[in-house]
Amino acid sequence: MWSYAGRRLLSVIPVLFGISLLVFLFLHLIPGDPAVVMLGERAGPERIAELRSKLGLERPLWEQYLLFVGNLLRGDLGTSIFNQLTINEQLARRWPATFELAIAATLFAVVIGIPFGILAAVRKNTLLDNLATSFSLLGVSLPVFWLGLLLVYLFAVNLQWLPAGGRLSIDVDAVFKPITGFYVLDGLFQPQSFWDVVRHLILPAMTLGTIPLAILTRITRGAMLEVLSQDYVRTARAKGQTERLVIWRHALKNALLPVVTIIGLQFGTLLGGAILTETIFSWPGIGSWIYEGILNRDYPVVQGGVIFVALVFVVVNLVVDLSYALLDPRIQYR
Amino acid sequence: MALTATAPKTSNDTPTRLAIRRFMKSSSGKIGLVMAVFLILLALLAPVFKPYNPATDRDYINRLKPPSAERVFGTDNLGRDVFTRVIHGSRISLQVGLVAVALSLTIGTLLGLVAGYFRGGIEILIGWITDILLAFPSTLLAIAIVAVVGPSLTNAMVAVSITQIPVYIRLARSVVLSARELDYVQAATALGAPNRRILLRHLLPNALPPIIVQATLSIGTATLETAALGFLGLGAQPPAPEWGAMLSDAFRGGYALNSPWTMIFPGLFIMLTVLAFNLLGDGLRDALDPRALK
Repeated sequence: MWSYAGRRLLSVIPVLFGISLLVFLFLHLIPGDPAVVMLGERAGPERIAELRSKLGLERPLWEQYLLFVGNLLRGDLGTSIFNQLTINEQLARRWPATFELAIAATLFAVVIGIPFGILAAVRKNTLLDNLATSFSLLGVSLPVFWLGLLLVYLFAVNLQWLPAGGRLSIDVDAVFKPITGFYVLDGLFQPQSFWDVVRHLILPAMTLGTIPLAILTRITRGAMLEVLSQDYVRTARAKGQTERLVIWRHALKNALLPVVTIIGLQFGTLLGGAILTETIFSWPGIGSWIYEGILNRDYPVVQGGVIFVALVFVVVNLVVDLSYALLDPRIQYR
Repeated sequence: MALTATAPKTSNDTPTRLAIRRFMKSSSGKIGLVMAVFLILLALLAPVFKPYNPATDRDYINRLKPPSAERVFGTDNLGRDVFTRVIHGSRISLQVGLVAVALSLTIGTLLGLVAGYFRGGIEILIGWITDILLAFPSTLLAIAIVAVVGPSLTNAMVAVSITQIPVYIRLARSVVLSARELDYVQAATALGAPNRRILLRHLLPNALPPIIVQATLSIGTATLETAALGFLGLGAQPPAPEWGAMLSDAFRGGYALNSPWTMIFPGLFIMLTVLAFNLLGDGLRDALDPRALK
């Protein structure tokens, strides 16, 4: 176990090197002079020269890369060209929004998907099972951005139950004091705003959570079916244990292992896939920030955002792998 | 269960016939096949059925009209018939899906075969590239690539196919690793067959069934991701009737919610296309990879 953990940890180093190389080259693969592309054709030569020297574009490539990595290691991601704010400042302000959304979406998927999958497996080949199977197929085929628009049309425009976007209503925004940046948490200390925060979170979380929900339902169902056909489950039944005990104590514990892995991997994907959901719901997170960066040709923002998401993604996957090894003593890693 | 039920009915069953019979037993496979054939026919026959020029198609008097007997999917902000645009959009989406998958499949499979067969430094290098590509969520990677090379349908297609390469590398490599030890491959090596022949004649056929299954499923994913890029304005550009770009027009033009037919139908067709290839892929898995059959 420990030697596996050590090797798995070491394996991250070449990947991090690769990520830094790719994100660095990003700026240099842009057709034409990056400084001209960023400032636009009409910018004066002095401004272009100034930006070139600020980005270090006149130095040799390897020197630029070393500088880039040096800054990264010191935690300096640079400055936005569009609004002159440092990338760190903006990241600090944006990441809680994305994490809060991803956590809510994961909760939505887990709370519905796991019971749904278990029920489908226990009542195999019934109407409920067919419903679960069809839903999990439909769910993974849904375009997220379309689902978001449909939900807004239904719940915000037609029924007017929920707001169509943003994290707060305008009047609440005027009095709301962000403390941690996680508004649900902050809302606990400002009870008059709490409900408004939650109402704004529901539709984006449903949008972002539907694909993981479909995947979780499918995986839980499959894992449960496999476990339920095992000998020890038959033994438990033969001993005369109640069906409820067989399912909860014997089957579920073992079936949940792959499910936990999928939850972890999906959470990582959600952080990166939130771009579409955040765009539709004007959600001020990392995804919409990267997207604005692309539209403004603000490449330091795009670089900073992409590298942040990739880092989180790598760490989440690492944690999932390690916890898998920790949770399942049967697995022997060579 | 009766033993006779699992025995082959006739002795002259070829693997192909066996696969077809298994496929026909899979209801998801059959539904997927019917849907996919329908979509392909729609794409092929669209120009015959309703000739269309997206650049000149305008009818300002009939802007944002709801669905009616005459215009079954209604019209958009420029008075364009949504039905016509949607069926012509199937031409774009299917082409994009097929080309993107063909690209990633060819590159990924070749790299995977090479990595699994030659081992050593080249395997480490290819493995490293795979790990880096997998270190980014795929949608984000595709978006970042298009941000560099510029928005267009072709660039979106290439970006999406790059994100899918690692799957094929891993698939082909794992098959080769187990197949290279088989007797007939060892025999071919002992007889002095050149590497290229062993790779393409002996190892590739082993890797094909799982790759075909993966490719079918990937067509769905590629369609979805390209549409997502189109929706963000980073893929197909107006006035092309690409489904994602149509949704983008409706969303950014501010008429998606007041005239919902402009967004419902393009999205519905994206979903149907993805669903068709997912179902078809499931059916093919049952037919070609019976070990995975549950």
